[in-house]
Amino acid sequence: MAKTESSFKNMVITLFVVTVVAALALGGVYTVTKEPIAIAKREKVEKAVRFVVPGFDTIMNEFKVLGNDGKDSLTFFETYKNGEKAGTAIKTYSPEGFSGMVWIMVGFAPDGKILNTAVLDHKETPGLGDKMDIKKSNFSAQLQDKNPKDFNLDVKKDGGDVDAITAATISSRAFSDAVERAYKEFEKRD
Amino acid sequence: MNQLANFTKGFIKENPVFVLLLGMCPALGVTTSAINGLGMGLATTFVLVMSNLVVSLVKNFIPDKVRIPSFIVIIASFVTIVELVMQAYLPALFEQLGLFIPLIVVNCIVLGRAEAFASKNTLLSSIIDGLGMGLGFAFALMLLGGVREILGSGAIFGLKFLQGDGMLVFVLAPGAFIALGYLIALINRLKKTA
Repeated sequence: MAKTESSFKNMVITLFVVTVVAALALGGVYTVTKEPIAIAKREKVEKAVRFVVPGFDTIMNEFKVLGNDGKDSLTFFETYKNGEKAGTAIKTYSPEGFSGMVWIMVGFAPDGKILNTAVLDHKETPGLGDKMDIKKSNFSAQLQDKNPKDFNLDVKKDGGDVDAITAATISSRAFSDAVERAYKEFEKRD
Repeated sequence: MNQLANFTKGFIKENPVFVLLLGMCPALGVTTSAINGLGMGLATTFVLVMSNLVVSLVKNFIPDKVRIPSFIVIIASFVTIVELVMQAYLPALFEQLGLFIPLIVVNCIVLGRAEAFASKNTLLSSIIDGLGMGLGFAFALMLLGGVREILGSGAIFGLKFLQGDGMLVFVLAPGAFIALGYLIALINRLKKTA
């Protein structure tokens, strides 16, 4: 078959047809995958909530509040077990990471005690700052069962109670900063 | 051309990473572990096969002067499809590779094969070429990822066999260049004797 000539009309028609077909195909795939994507994202969030606040049956309230530095918002998940408050999971952040934002989920018991923490997203150096993730080191375990009321959420270098990760003070600071930010908002609403 | 040779050329003789040195950005960026390399390689393989298939089908309808924009639209569509499908059904893998998936569009191998091979060859040859090149790319990425994972974290496919941290440099970007350099030297040596 002869090759289509590169006339102006042919080129316009070809590009038009190619883009229309591509647009239709993408629209179709988007429609099909929209729901599974939403479910997958939701599951990820719920898994994190379940990890930091063990043993609840329903997430009753979910709302966002502006962080105290106004840079982004914290998301609260208030959880209940048999109608009683089991704890609050807060998705919190710190802009003070070594390379950008650090996102953390913190679970607080009703009395303000930290139940558990989970790192959601960060861009810290692999092998150093990424040790804030419980999968990589025990750094974050030191906050378990501590109440920020009598536990200073600053690294020891800054006069606080947090043992920093070796060679990753900035990442440790960011982690503590995120937890502290969550606690401040938690306290305000309690 | 012999179809078997057409398929196998992507592995050693014309390996996209080790011999043609194409697609360096994903090759260096995602290969911090063997499984990441493999996932990225398979995603690229899918895009390569599909774009080669479509380009080969429509090559006679597309006027020469607009072929590059048309190919890019075709490739970009398949990449977006891969991204959406992966996000929906393989969220764990997407989390690791997410950032790099859109970069398949500008991966020179994909456009290179569409332009240099699929737009001149039959449908079957184009599909086989895409499959061979894609799997060759996946193989290279997995090898590079494996070497970096073994040296950098003392593990392979996520299974730890060494206590401690390994050599940190191999997890970071400079390690990617070092590992790639030695692998290329090794492949060149093997090609000489073969």
